[in-house]
Amino acid sequence: METIEQIRDRLVARFPAARVELVTNPGPAAEHSLLLDAAHAHDLAVFLRDDPALRLDYCSNVTGVDWPDKEITDVTKTTVPDPAGGQPKIVEQKTTRLQPGCLEVVYHLYSMALKHGPVIIRLRTANRSDQVTLPSLTPVWRACDFQEREVYDLYGIVFSRHPDLRRILMWDEFKDHPMRKDYVEPDDYEWEPTAHGAVAEKHKAHLPPPAATPEAKP
Amino acid sequence: MSCSDQTGLDAELLAFGRQSGPTVRAVHDQFHGDLLEVSMGPQHPSTHGVFRMVATLDGEQIVKLKPVFGYLHRNHEKIAENTTYLGSMPYTDRLDYLCSMTTNWAYALAVEKLSGQAVPDRAQYLRIIMGELTRLVNHSCLVGFLFNDLGTSFTPLLYAFREREKILDLFESLSGSRMMCNYQRFGGCRVDPSPAWLAAARALVDNFPRFLDEYERMLTGNEIMLARTQGVGRLDPAHAVNAGLTGPVLRASGVDYDIRKVDGYGFYPRFDFRVPLGAHGDTYDRYMMRILEMRESVKILQQAFKDLPAGPIMDPKAKIRGFRPKPGEAYGRIEGPKGELGFYLISDGSPNPYRYRVRPPSLINLTLLEEMCLGHTIADSVVILGSIDIVLGEVDR
Amino acid sequence: MSDPAATTPLPGDRPGQTPAGQQAGTARPFPAAGNITDAEREELRRHGILMTSLEELYGWGRSNSIWPLQFGLACCAIEMIAAATARFDIARFGAEIFRPSPRQADLMIVSGTVTKKMAPQVVRLWNQMPEPKYCIAMGACAISGGPFKQGYNVLKGIDRFIPVDIYIPGCPPRPEALLNGLIQLQAKIKGEKLTGPDAARFTRPEEPSEFPIPEYGAHDLVPPKNTAVWSPPSAPGKA
Repeated sequence: METIEQIRDRLVARFPAARVELVTNPGPAAEHSLLLDAAHAHDLAVFLRDDPALRLDYCSNVTGVDWPDKEITDVTKTTVPDPAGGQPKIVEQKTTRLQPGCLEVVYHLYSMALKHGPVIIRLRTANRSDQVTLPSLTPVWRACDFQEREVYDLYGIVFSRHPDLRRILMWDEFKDHPMRKDYVEPDDYEWEPTAHGAVAEKHKAHLPPPAATPEAKP
Repeated sequence: MSCSDQTGLDAELLAFGRQSGPTVRAVHDQFHGDLLEVSMGPQHPSTHGVFRMVATLDGEQIVKLKPVFGYLHRNHEKIAENTTYLGSMPYTDRLDYLCSMTTNWAYALAVEKLSGQAVPDRAQYLRIIMGELTRLVNHSCLVGFLFNDLGTSFTPLLYAFREREKILDLFESLSGSRMMCNYQRFGGCRVDPSPAWLAAARALVDNFPRFLDEYERMLTGNEIMLARTQGVGRLDPAHAVNAGLTGPVLRASGVDYDIRKVDGYGFYPRFDFRVPLGAHGDTYDRYMMRILEMRESVKILQQAFKDLPAGPIMDPKAKIRGFRPKPGEAYGRIEGPKGELGFYLISDGSPNPYRYRVRPPSLINLTLLEEMCLGHTIADSVVILGSIDIVLGEVDR
Repeated sequence: MSDPAATTPLPGDRPGQTPAGQQAGTARPFPAAGNITDAEREELRRHGILMTSLEELYGWGRSNSIWPLQFGLACCAIEMIAAATARFDIARFGAEIFRPSPRQADLMIVSGTVTKKMAPQVVRLWNQMPEPKYCIAMGACAISGGPFKQGYNVLKGIDRFIPVDIYIPGCPPRPEALLNGLIQLQAKIKGEKLTGPDAARFTRPEEPSEFPIPEYGAHDLVPPKNTAVWSPPSAPGKA
């Protein structure tokens, strides 16, 4: 199978208007992926599926990922000359900016016809709050049906042109998107006699207040 | 069906998704007249766990079938984000609770891919032994449950569980637990089997074909079984590929895709085994897939016992405490007894994974349940569901 | 063979009273099982006379033919099925008829994690079971949420909504542990009284046998627990 860079070049050649970026994977697995832009994702996916050299007819896995907003601190150092004529001072200036987060969907594609893969493609939303729509790839690979519903249920990404987008794992009246990093679960814990780990943290809220200790000693 | 009727029926089904209301009710459709909407499950003798099918029936024939799950959604992925990599290993036992050894292996494989961890030879052979023993357990129990659904009411299941108990005794003496073995580690296996264990396992495997012959003598040529499974639940191979089906369900439709051959993970390329393929894609073929795969598993096991090398079972450079893989991501997959079982991990350098995703074969194999059941009777839908082989722990995670 | 009860006063008879078994206007009622020791009863049994009370007979019959509901949720369900197979054989205890319908069952073995999505169904099934009914919480998940306690969708124990009689710890408990729990339930049923101040729950009409079914709320079940049935364990106060 061709390398991911070659695939990217062919995609860009075939769809000049589309933005296809290579996302390198730093770890030892070296599974690099392609970031596709949402507007052309469907056409790119159809190309990947039907191209005779790739024939990526099998979408194995659809994953949602939450990248929350990150506060980035930029440190700029400027050299200020000393008016008294001595050593120039180096002044550090820290500015914080908010890098907006996004929600991401990762698709792992394999080929059953040619027995190669994986080719990993990603789609990212513009932000985490109001622009959370992405095109559904269910019309291309039916395998994405339930998995995109799950991403909608747990992350809140709305897939346009999905034949049946509704919650799949949680009940329909549920309002939150539980797999997001800022989800706060309801506090239905109680005091535990043998709490440990994460549950120990949660049961602390239900401990009785410590009794007042007697001051004087008999 | 016209568009507005479709949306009307869908809206009605969506309204039904709110868990209140009768389990059986009448639905009017201007083309078919009065239909009956039956909710099978989540408590039902044959839905293999808390699975619910909302079937719309025209008499006895299925006109529409919508699966509903989430009744066993135990937030495994969220818990894994708050647990270390190794701490998630016992949770993988509880995903597909019939096949804990293979689920452990898939997770260990994904983490080893993520961190670039090597695995010694003996551990690779042991993994194959445990994996194929698990395949024997899963397939024989699945055949038992399938015949339960057909109405034989427990007898084949008793035979299957008899063999399962023998294999579980082996697992218990090796790993300490019958079902939740928690056996694989990143870089090898946890416990080295003793020569007595290996001899007992070898004897069991050598005797297994006799059990398979007994099982087949009882089941395969049975005319009621043939009448009820041949031609029922046909699955078109092109649809199956597009819907992401894997495992025996896919191969019963004739598509040659076995990850043991395609990816060649572990030491599977060293073993000589065939991959059975079906011709018709119906329930009978799916049943025969399991029987034939069990026979191939026995062959693999016999080769593995013969060639098992001595040596360490854990890579000496494996880091058990303070395990922090480098930032990156990896997708590791194996051919589990139910299909492609994959784990997708994103690491950000901390001891806990940033994103931990299970690719559940049972869930994705259900994508075409409606297509397979349309036109068949409600009794057939039970048999078709049984032949797909789902475990709700994996579907809902 | 003469009937010993007719002429010989029995050991339990008080002097001056009509011996047991005699029909008389002022015949004292058939002695309850509590008025006679087991040794005396054994002696009688060797003579071919069985003495029992309706309570005992009723309890013996009910405890030896408990019909569980076919209700497996998760991994513990497989061990429950294994307990029903030939090796562990729950049939010896009279409980091999797993009924598919709650209307015909008198034991609900909650085996596996109860999720919040499933909880209303569990309570509904419990309500549909006729009295006398019993509940076994099998496995750590049914008792308290188990290893999945930190889950947003996990109900932290089925006893939040329905009364549980026997708790079987384990993850999963071995089939022998389930049989042990069943034996304890049988002992409990045998010891149930039908009359008196400590009569069994099902004999008292004021005790609820149906419990309110929780609804699906926007973030959690509504209500998250049934305070009439369950209150959280209290931490030991600091002395």
